[in-house]
Amino acid sequence: MTKTKTAARSSTRKKPVNGTWKHALQSHKWLYILIIPGVAYMIVFNFLPMLGLVMAFQDFSPYNGDSAIDALIHSPFVGLDVFKKFFTGPDFWRLLKNTLSISIASLIFYFPMPIILALLLNEIRCSWYKRVSQTLVYIPHFISMVIVASLTYQLFNTSDGYIYHLLQQVMGKNAPDFLSDSGLFVPLILGQNIWKETGYGTIIFLAALAGVDVELYEAARVDGAGRWKQMWHITLPAIKATIVIMLILKVGQILNTGYEQIYLMQNSMNRTVSDVFDTYIYTKGIEGGQYSLSTAAGLFKSLVGMIMVIGANKLAKLFGESGLY
Amino acid sequence: MAKSKMVYRTKHANRIKRTPGDQVVQVLIYLIIAFCAIVTVLPFIYVVAGSFATERELTERAFFLFPKEISLNAYQYIFKTGDALRGLRNSILVTVVGTMINMFFSCTLAYPLSRKYFKGRNFFTNMVIVTMLFSGGMVPSYILIAQILHLTNTYWALWLPGAINAFNMIIIKNYFQGIPQELEEAARMDGCNDLFIFWKIILPVSKPVLASISLFYAVTHWNSYFNAMMYINDRDMEVIQIVLRRIIFLTTSLTTDSTFDWGAFGTPPEKAVKMATTVVATVPILIVYPFIQKYFTKGVMVGSVKG
Repeated sequence: MTKTKTAARSSTRKKPVNGTWKHALQSHKWLYILIIPGVAYMIVFNFLPMLGLVMAFQDFSPYNGDSAIDALIHSPFVGLDVFKKFFTGPDFWRLLKNTLSISIASLIFYFPMPIILALLLNEIRCSWYKRVSQTLVYIPHFISMVIVASLTYQLFNTSDGYIYHLLQQVMGKNAPDFLSDSGLFVPLILGQNIWKETGYGTIIFLAALAGVDVELYEAARVDGAGRWKQMWHITLPAIKATIVIMLILKVGQILNTGYEQIYLMQNSMNRTVSDVFDTYIYTKGIEGGQYSLSTAAGLFKSLVGMIMVIGANKLAKLFGESGLY
Repeated sequence: MAKSKMVYRTKHANRIKRTPGDQVVQVLIYLIIAFCAIVTVLPFIYVVAGSFATERELTERAFFLFPKEISLNAYQYIFKTGDALRGLRNSILVTVVGTMINMFFSCTLAYPLSRKYFKGRNFFTNMVIVTMLFSGGMVPSYILIAQILHLTNTYWALWLPGAINAFNMIIIKNYFQGIPQELEEAARMDGCNDLFIFWKIILPVSKPVLASISLFYAVTHWNSYFNAMMYINDRDMEVIQIVLRRIIFLTTSLTTDSTFDWGAFGTPPEKAVKMATTVVATVPILIVYPFIQKYFTKGVMVGSVKG
């Protein structure tokens, strides 16, 4: 950031910029032509949907007008009624409970995984071994959720899934049926995420670790510090800031469980625990046509996300970390 | 850089003696890493092996990493019946055109934003940042795409909404910013305009970043499932992820939907077909994976996002 600032200053010194827009448009005509598609894209696909958020304060129905825009103009405003209906409705607390149990479990069990794996990889001295294992553990990140779901299905289904078969041999009739037992839905989702993202998640921590001066380890070793002391006093402090940033981002996602994965793993047997805000917005809004209600749910979700990020950032700063911004 | 560090570290590690306990821990760490790597790849190997096996072997042997008898029935089935092959064709079309659209929009936006002398730069950059922080959410976007723009059942519904990924665009922008000024200034002396500089100088020297971002966009298109499910109902336009999901989760679709003559094979190799479809949907990713990896391990991705 500071680099760009100084660079900007030096370029203005070299070539005094004529301040008028007319001059800018004349001398750099092509830059303004080039930016048109990108800006048009952002207006249509990012900013117009934001205007659509007024639906959350309306009793919106597509039949209120000739077109969707017309309907948006002519739908009556109802203030916060839609939110009231959403918060007091039968679904809200169930959705909140399901969403939070997935994201809190993920914070506890999934979040530390990439850190642990990065610390372990950092201890590997044999460079080809490290390279090969890194190459392998990154792969699942690039695989689609549908493929992850289908691998899960093929390994865990009760008729011919191999892992189910294995578990059956060990546990007999009590073998867990991950695909339809509602009590195992959260572990299933977590397991998929851990398998898919742990490896790729290590990259950012390994990048931070690469910056550590090896001489620090040297000095520590000469002073007689063992592996644990080195990790505690050198390695962990080196990645502390990165951990805090990742934690803030993760906390901001507390109501975002994602819809694709849960939608794919959802079935009639586990629906009581698998209905989360994201799937609710899809089923109520797009399948069910309750546009106002689901827009309100979406707005609630993104506002909570923003508040959580700001709060987590404040908290991090209280503890003396640099935080996100 | 990293390599020399590594050598240095090894040399010294040998000089300072490890205690036996420490060595046990070291071995344990190697084993844990090996375990992680194996757990990651095993499902893929299992599915690949199964896709080449006969249906009989699949029911008789629970688990194997190499089939006793290699059978191509499942693949023959896939390539003779419509669904998976059509899905692959559609996915290739969606991915290729979609990536070109991504790159067009991302590069044309990134270039002006990367020029310090571009008046209005801050305004447009802030516009991008707002889109990163806040969005209208799923329902308003759906109404826009389906009911205002009427893109349902066209691939535009898959191409346009994600045409610019702000993170990817910023990586390209930062790369453009890092290109030495002299290149541009020399061309400007010769009287070249901004378009010429962009097209003939900036883009050619940015090949590494353009290649890696293209691959990232391509992987996203290939993997995308939810948008295709929301916007494409026409069976002839289904992409491979939709087909895969149907073949895996809705078992009956195999025999009833196809017009394929089963006389040659006897019974449909259902389990093998499921596995083969999974393989076919995965293989393109595994083919481009080494190229993607080349870039993200270099730190192109991680390092440049911060700037």
